[in-house]
Amino acid sequence: MRKLSTDILVIGGGAAGLSAAAEAASAGAGVLVVESDLRLGGQLIKQTHKFFGSKDEYAGTRGFKIADILLDEIKSFKDSVSVLQNTTVTGFYTEDNTFTAMRGEEEFFQINAKKTIVATGAQERLIPFPNNDLPGVYGAGAVQTLMNVYGVLPGRRVLMVGAGNIGLIVSYQLMQAGVEVAAVVEAAPRVGGYWVHAAKIRRMGVPILLRHSIKKAVGNDVVTGAVITALNERFEPVGPERVLDCDIICIAVGLSPTTEILSQAGCRMMYVPQLCGTVAQRDRTMRTSNPDFYTAGDASGIEEASAAMVEGRIAGLSAADALGYPTEHGKIDEYWGRLESLRMGEAGARICQGIECVLVQGWEGVVYV
Amino acid sequence: MSEKDMAMLFNSGVLTGEREGALLPPSELWERKKGGVVIVECPQRIPCNPCHTSCPTGAILPFADINDTPKVDWSKCTGCTLCVSACPGLACFVIDLTFSDEMALYKLPYEMLPLPVKGQKVQCLDREGTCIAEGTVENVTQPRKDRTHVVHVSAPKVFLTTFRAIRVVESV
Repeated sequence: MRKLSTDILVIGGGAAGLSAAAEAASAGAGVLVVESDLRLGGQLIKQTHKFFGSKDEYAGTRGFKIADILLDEIKSFKDSVSVLQNTTVTGFYTEDNTFTAMRGEEEFFQINAKKTIVATGAQERLIPFPNNDLPGVYGAGAVQTLMNVYGVLPGRRVLMVGAGNIGLIVSYQLMQAGVEVAAVVEAAPRVGGYWVHAAKIRRMGVPILLRHSIKKAVGNDVVTGAVITALNERFEPVGPERVLDCDIICIAVGLSPTTEILSQAGCRMMYVPQLCGTVAQRDRTMRTSNPDFYTAGDASGIEEASAAMVEGRIAGLSAADALGYPTEHGKIDEYWGRLESLRMGEAGARICQGIECVLVQGWEGVVYV
Repeated sequence: MSEKDMAMLFNSGVLTGEREGALLPPSELWERKKGGVVIVECPQRIPCNPCHTSCPTGAILPFADINDTPKVDWSKCTGCTLCVSACPGLACFVIDLTFSDEMALYKLPYEMLPLPVKGQKVQCLDREGTCIAEGTVENVTQPRKDRTHVVHVSAPKVFLTTFRAIRVVESV
């Protein structure tokens, strides 16, 4: 079996992974980026809205343009960054420190890396309801991919389930594509995403029904409607119920970190509700309890892309530094300063609580087996 | 409307009166300012500052903390609309009360299709998308050449606290 080897392996070529690769390469390290999708950029390539944050995180620039900026940066390092697309890391074997990977469906090989940055992102959550297997029930990520990557209209009229940033932004993008948004239902008593994103679609006439959820999908072969219901304060469906006509039900109820590789590498994992799932403990360099593994982006806790890019920078810098490449002194503190300022808003308070749970000061006394 | 319903309305993304981050300019200054002044409706602390960094006159004050809600010195605002097109939340609007005796010029962000043209009649929408008047498109600009357009619409002054979006209806 073919065997590749690299200084630094970056698993996942999204916002965090590309930032990590760029930072490590700028220190002089050789980097291999492995991306399971057909193209690099992760979620960024689907984001047609302008990003928040400051100039350092490309605020005011549309997400897919930020992907272009990162890809240009990666290209500027020429041969020191290699990329494998359409390639999935399928496992890590601690016995011989080897990854297995698969390109397409035929080509299998192994990878050895001195340091690995796991930037595998997240997976969408779904909620159970009758008929949720009917064609027309989508995750919000799939809707975005269809519309914004492939230019395919997913339907004519949508019910959006969830008013977090993804639900609100995808509703807006659906309207831009000419799809009618029948309603957004949200179980909580307030929108979970940024208020301004909600205001944008409200003034276009979209109802956002708080304390509401979907009860079931309606349709024989495909979705033709949805039954929605009001919820009480304990999130129990108490009615009144209503039937909405729609041919798409879009589920945007949150994400969970993708962390299988970290578990396989023996990293100490922890369930942290504020970070939306099980994530690896890490120190300020984004190193995990396994000294050769780093984590960044949504894989280390669900957060905005702006924070993912900064975490990626930290992980890339630290991995290069650990291999003896020269890095600028104090840069990590600068990056932490940026993260702290990004996390000082309303949503950031929750993230900070979560980070406090998983962040360790050092690894003294922790024996990695 | 009960206080609880008002709170729910606000929590769903509809502004229900002035509050920090969503204040109106002092009226005597607003009434005589040619070109208009910015109205910001950004009442939640989020990490974002392009309104300030895009402002060429310093009217949108520097942020001590990037999560602060925007503060405006309206005396410095020229109504240039650079913030209107820079704001990722589409939360900046310019309203020029010097347009005529009866009518104000509303300069609103617009990222939908079709794009209206000068002279076209459009629906004026309030913060819940209800059509409250008909307006006339006076100009369509693209201040930052990034596909966020700013549509200048003349409409009666009585809607200055309610008219915040347009709907373009294909003419028959």
